[in-house]
Amino acid sequence: MEKFGYAQSQKFDTYASRLMPRKEYFTSGHRACQGCGEALAVRWVTKAIGEDAVIAHATGCMEIVSSGMPQTAWMHPWIHVAFENTAAVASGLETGFRILARKGKLAKLPKVVAMGGDGGTTDIGLQALSGALERGHNFTYVCWDNEAYMNTGIQRSSSTPYGAMTTTSPPGKLSIGQTTQKKNMVAIAVAHGIPYVATACPSYLFDLFFKVKRAIETPGPAYIHVLSVCPTGWRSATELSVRLGRLAVETGVFPLFEVVNGKYRLTVEPPKLRPVNDYLKIQGRFRHLRDKERAFIQRHTLAAYQLLLEKCGASYPEFPVISETEEESE
Amino acid sequence: MGHRVGMEVSIAVSHAVQMARAEAIAAYPITPQTHIVEHLASMVANGELEAEFLNVESEHSAMSACIGMSAAGARTYTATSSQGLALMYEILFIASAMRFPIVMTVANRALSGPLNIWNDHGDIMAARDIGWIQIFAENGQESYDHTIMAFKIAENHKVLLPTIINLDGFILTHVVEAQEFLEQEQVDKFLPSYHPRFTLDPKRPVTMGAFAMPEMYTEVKFAHEMALRNSYDQILKVWKEYGDLSGRYYHPVERYKTEGAKVLLLIMGSLAEVAEIAVDELREAGDEVGLLKLRLWRPFPFQDLREAVNGADLVIVCDRALSLGGAAGPVMAEVRSALYPLAEKPAVLGYTVGLGGRDIQPSTFKDVVRLARAELAQGPQQEFHIFGVRG
Repeated sequence: MEKFGYAQSQKFDTYASRLMPRKEYFTSGHRACQGCGEALAVRWVTKAIGEDAVIAHATGCMEIVSSGMPQTAWMHPWIHVAFENTAAVASGLETGFRILARKGKLAKLPKVVAMGGDGGTTDIGLQALSGALERGHNFTYVCWDNEAYMNTGIQRSSSTPYGAMTTTSPPGKLSIGQTTQKKNMVAIAVAHGIPYVATACPSYLFDLFFKVKRAIETPGPAYIHVLSVCPTGWRSATELSVRLGRLAVETGVFPLFEVVNGKYRLTVEPPKLRPVNDYLKIQGRFRHLRDKERAFIQRHTLAAYQLLLEKCGASYPEFPVISETEEESE
Repeated sequence: MGHRVGMEVSIAVSHAVQMARAEAIAAYPITPQTHIVEHLASMVANGELEAEFLNVESEHSAMSACIGMSAAGARTYTATSSQGLALMYEILFIASAMRFPIVMTVANRALSGPLNIWNDHGDIMAARDIGWIQIFAENGQESYDHTIMAFKIAENHKVLLPTIINLDGFILTHVVEAQEFLEQEQVDKFLPSYHPRFTLDPKRPVTMGAFAMPEMYTEVKFAHEMALRNSYDQILKVWKEYGDLSGRYYHPVERYKTEGAKVLLLIMGSLAEVAEIAVDELREAGDEVGLLKLRLWRPFPFQDLREAVNGADLVIVCDRALSLGGAAGPVMAEVRSALYPLAEKPAVLGYTVGLGGRDIQPSTFKDVVRLARAELAQGPQQEFHIFGVRG
């Protein structure tokens, strides 16, 4: 058994590339870092979006690596305006298409998708997103959550998890790094009473793919929060990006679930949770944490997971979590 | 042809937008722009205007949504004022750089602080360099006319630039005036439906808003500069065509009783009508004073201005805004810069008047003329003056 070979979720999904659409909408040649979980997510999300769609994208890593004039990696009609306004641009697009269709100037309504990073979504773009969700536009918003402002050089955002080292939340004599808990953006989206909200991760391609499909097909606003592993910012090995996504799910740090008309459901349900340290210890951004903080993160993760399970009406997984010694004995 | 109506200027502007058959409107309420968007919302709600009215959660989102609407291919309109324009600021540059022909009414109002809802030009002057076509209206009729013309100018494929019509807040927006409206058929003929050059169309996918490295940015900005400069000819063509239709001809620099005038007042916006009264009274008293009204602010009509000041000894620019710590008010700085290359040029003095709704009467302009003459005689003592400051 290799060191990280214990992947419970392999029981749930089988990756069969030939069953997925072959057409590429996010082309190779973009400038994303090696091992970019976000680029992987974009590739599969755009496949799930399919034809007849228009994408509005926020300023950020993905915009910068994919759209340097005069080149583009986007096969969809695509627009970038600014950092904090993507949901507003998308709402304008959706409204514009709607009136043109009503006036008979447009035969078919394109699907409208907005995309932005965690900074562009949970911080500076939150107002525009809230407005667009509240107005009930028929669009899907996808948040690429790599848990910091990676494009500008790994500064903390409200989506940065507790304890993480970033360039603006550095650990020091008086600090353990990020001292706040990750903003619960999914709960904020759910609170708008929109028909579809989900979390996803490109380490679970089928789960991601079908959630995007469902979001696109749902009339009204849909929100998908995609955990996007960032080796550059997380200080992790580039070949571990997919595995880190799986570990985030298997430790309960980033559960995969969907909320359909307010009803929660876990879509990937590990029967046992791994210790969070499995996830933390292979990331340089958590390297400075002592046992005390690691234990705190473990407790917090379990408490949050339990709350989620209660919302899902699901049975509680076997606790305590799998011990590290148990894993090693396998 | 046409019919006369008496109505509030804001309502007239909303009728102009209706007659222009705007298809998509995104707006956020701010005094004194509110009456325009309220009436548009009501027209949409009653089916009198076939459009979508999007109630966004801020002006920043209003301009962002307008870009989306325009990128979708819809004829797009919005209106704002003061703090709202300031909140839009970031997106204004992007709208023009991406060449979306959005039309916007700015009900000019002072900028905070201190908070002040009344009229001056501080808001638009802070957004002077956004790369939009910018026009100032003097009265209700001009507000109506220029709103219709703005769509035709902006959407011209040789122009493709967003356009702002400036209306003085309250002084114009909230006043009832007699105006002549065109008939709908006339407007339809003058302004056919919008045919965008590029849209976000799945059948012809394009990337809009790609970022530019140093080796591209300068070229893109140069193209923008040329587009705005070259829009001048198209603006004049549209104004001429509209003049033939309505009998109302407009010029980048309007002259009022400038024949033989050695002293010229220069102002933008509705206070020009007040200045006209002052000029009339001065002329009656035998004083050869004339008035220039700057209608086209961007692109700046350099040649028209140089011709208009020919023969004058003194141009008194009455700014409605400040450039704090700078040379003078923005208009005065621009005018002096435009006239500087002339071999024989008049003296240019700056008097900023009517900030934050301070009342301006004909006597104000007469005072300004008297003070400026005295200043010229003894040599300018300071860079510019803020008129009427209490000690």
